[in-house]
Amino acid sequence: MKHLLSTEGIDPAQATAILDTAAGLKQALEGREVRKLPTLRGRTVITMFFENSTRTRVSFEIAGKWMSADVVNVSASGSSVSKGESLRDTALTLAAAGADCVIVRHPASGAAHRLAGWLKEAGTSVVNAGDGMHEHPTQALLDAATLRERLGDLRDRRIAIVGDVLHSRVARSNVHLLTALGADVTLVAPPTLLPVGVENWPVTVSHELDAELPSLDAVMLLRVQAERMHGGFFPSAREYSIAYGLNENRLNLLPEHAVVLHPGPMLRGMEIASAVADSPRAAITDQVRNGVHVRMAVLYHLLAHEEETA
Amino acid sequence: MSPLILKGVRPYGEGDPVDVLIRDGVIAQIGIVEEDAEVVDGNGAVLLPGFVDLHTHLREPGREDTETIATGSAAAALGGYTAVFAMANTDPVADNAVVVGHVARRGREVGLVDVHPVGAVTVGLEGVKLAELGTMAKAGVRVFSDDGHCVHDPLIMRRALEYSKALDVVVAQHAEEPRLTVGAQAHEGEQASRLGLQGWPAAAEESIVARDCLLALHAGARLHVCHVSTTGTADVLKWAKARGTQVSAEVTPHHLLLTDERLETYDPVNKVNPPLRTAQDVRKLREALAEGVIDCVATDHAPHAVQDKDCEWSAARPGMLGLQTALSIVVEAMVKTGLLDWRGVARVMSERPAEIAGLPDQGRPIEVGEPANLTLVDPDATWTVRGAQFASIAANTPFEGMELPGAVVATLLRGRVTAVGGRIPA
Repeated sequence: MKHLLSTEGIDPAQATAILDTAAGLKQALEGREVRKLPTLRGRTVITMFFENSTRTRVSFEIAGKWMSADVVNVSASGSSVSKGESLRDTALTLAAAGADCVIVRHPASGAAHRLAGWLKEAGTSVVNAGDGMHEHPTQALLDAATLRERLGDLRDRRIAIVGDVLHSRVARSNVHLLTALGADVTLVAPPTLLPVGVENWPVTVSHELDAELPSLDAVMLLRVQAERMHGGFFPSAREYSIAYGLNENRLNLLPEHAVVLHPGPMLRGMEIASAVADSPRAAITDQVRNGVHVRMAVLYHLLAHEEETA
Repeated sequence: MSPLILKGVRPYGEGDPVDVLIRDGVIAQIGIVEEDAEVVDGNGAVLLPGFVDLHTHLREPGREDTETIATGSAAAALGGYTAVFAMANTDPVADNAVVVGHVARRGREVGLVDVHPVGAVTVGLEGVKLAELGTMAKAGVRVFSDDGHCVHDPLIMRRALEYSKALDVVVAQHAEEPRLTVGAQAHEGEQASRLGLQGWPAAAEESIVARDCLLALHAGARLHVCHVSTTGTADVLKWAKARGTQVSAEVTPHHLLLTDERLETYDPVNKVNPPLRTAQDVRKLREALAEGVIDCVATDHAPHAVQDKDCEWSAARPGMLGLQTALSIVVEAMVKTGLLDWRGVARVMSERPAEIAGLPDQGRPIEVGEPANLTLVDPDATWTVRGAQFASIAANTPFEGMELPGAVVATLLRGRVTAVGGRIPA
């Protein structure tokens, strides 16, 4: 694997291999006092975040550091980017400075794809840490890792993704990955928050959360961004919460074993009731924890695995 | 000017090859010409009236790093054009007689193609206040457009249509309802949804075209619709024409050939406004052009600098080069498919656009006594597109590397050769 740009079209065997590596790394590190492996010693990993995201950036940074890579963080505001330098020039500069891997978060869909094209000659690997409304593949991988921990094999498991699917890169990556792993995915949202053509996605679509809950193995809530609330996509936060918020009554409609996921940051009281977020059925902190192991696994498969198998 | 003979050419691709004698800028004889004159060897090539492009961006004044009236005129001549309309979205905007006068004068100085400036409908293309249409019409402007922006306010559009009646000019609308296309990046459909690109719905074009057809009929004015891109717009045009609306429409070569499948790579060379649409739209646009529901082909030739295209999709400027590929795309999409014969090509590339803009000496029949604005086409040639080899300064062609049929052998502007064998004569 040279880059991780999307989960669309991912080989299920490749996805499973990454998830297995992540599980192995988690096991190897658990209970250790010194959580550091020498695997990526001498490798340089640069995170390049053109959108604020403490959670994802820190997760990648810790993943790199636990693998002993040299991790450098570049943020759009503290670099030449704020002086109007193009994405292409920034990328070529970082590659020339010796990056083995660039992890990019960018508001433009396709930014990671473009970057991979520009860095072809330099041979630098690119990890998409979220591009516009397109994809966020490591989020999907950490969600799958968390679901596997709780549910085992995901084949034929019923998983609902609830909320702003239209603007969500998390939803797109999860649809591709979860269906590749054999899960049965249902998207639950008002019609204004579903993409055009969704009827041809390999998913079921519903506007009725309550009708779906009793048969689910997992429910994944999406973040509702403030600008959507004021953009007329639905009448009010209150109405959204009444129709799609996961409150305690709804939690009781779920089967006992069902898992609740949220990629964060959460809007408590709106998307999810506090009691639900803090209940043992919510795997939200597991997601964050697994995020580090999954990103370690991704870096391993991009930077170390190739050499071993070559 | 010394006389010229086009030897062995087939007007409209019909009948046996004949010779065409041109003297003093006019067709003097058609048949077997025995006269001592300079000869352009036709080898049986198709002779057509010179092409007329109602929609070109020549970028001067303002973005001379991407195209100038000189380089754009050369591209036009090489593409078989004898007249082009230079859009008003320059910097400064062509919303007054001074700027349109400059564009017309530079066009005359270069002399490779008749450059007709398009005047802005509203001051600064802002859609708020009518520009001085009368003053610009007096300066020779035939077509007005805020192209790049839609005249979205229905009252401003109504006034523009009404006012234009007294001037014998046509208002050309860039049909895009701005409230439906905020942040739009790609045709709203499955592909854009998958790629996470904000959608540009077909209805944003169709609703404006429908509204403007109603307004034009109500005002008894003429309307021209720029770059039709959707099935629904073709249906609306057919309906409007059937009820007597004075509406004409153009389609670009790229909308006749390319679809949003091309967006897969996120390469902004494929970014254009209106966006590339679906295969169904392409089929419908071809049919509508063949039937005459869409009147003509216009390039929307839009040169852009490397840095404005070699970037992430949403940061890139929309638009693509068109002047030197238009004929070949029309051959590929319309002639090879049997939808148009060469008479039809003459109609959509020359006669109808000349009529729409009211050009008396363009798009004329190939007959003795007519002005020698002519294009000679080798129908059997094939060539490979290389943007870097175009006369334009910019190289942003989506057809890069494609092998295309049909090539312009020579272009004549009032009897003078402006392009021959792929070169501008010294």
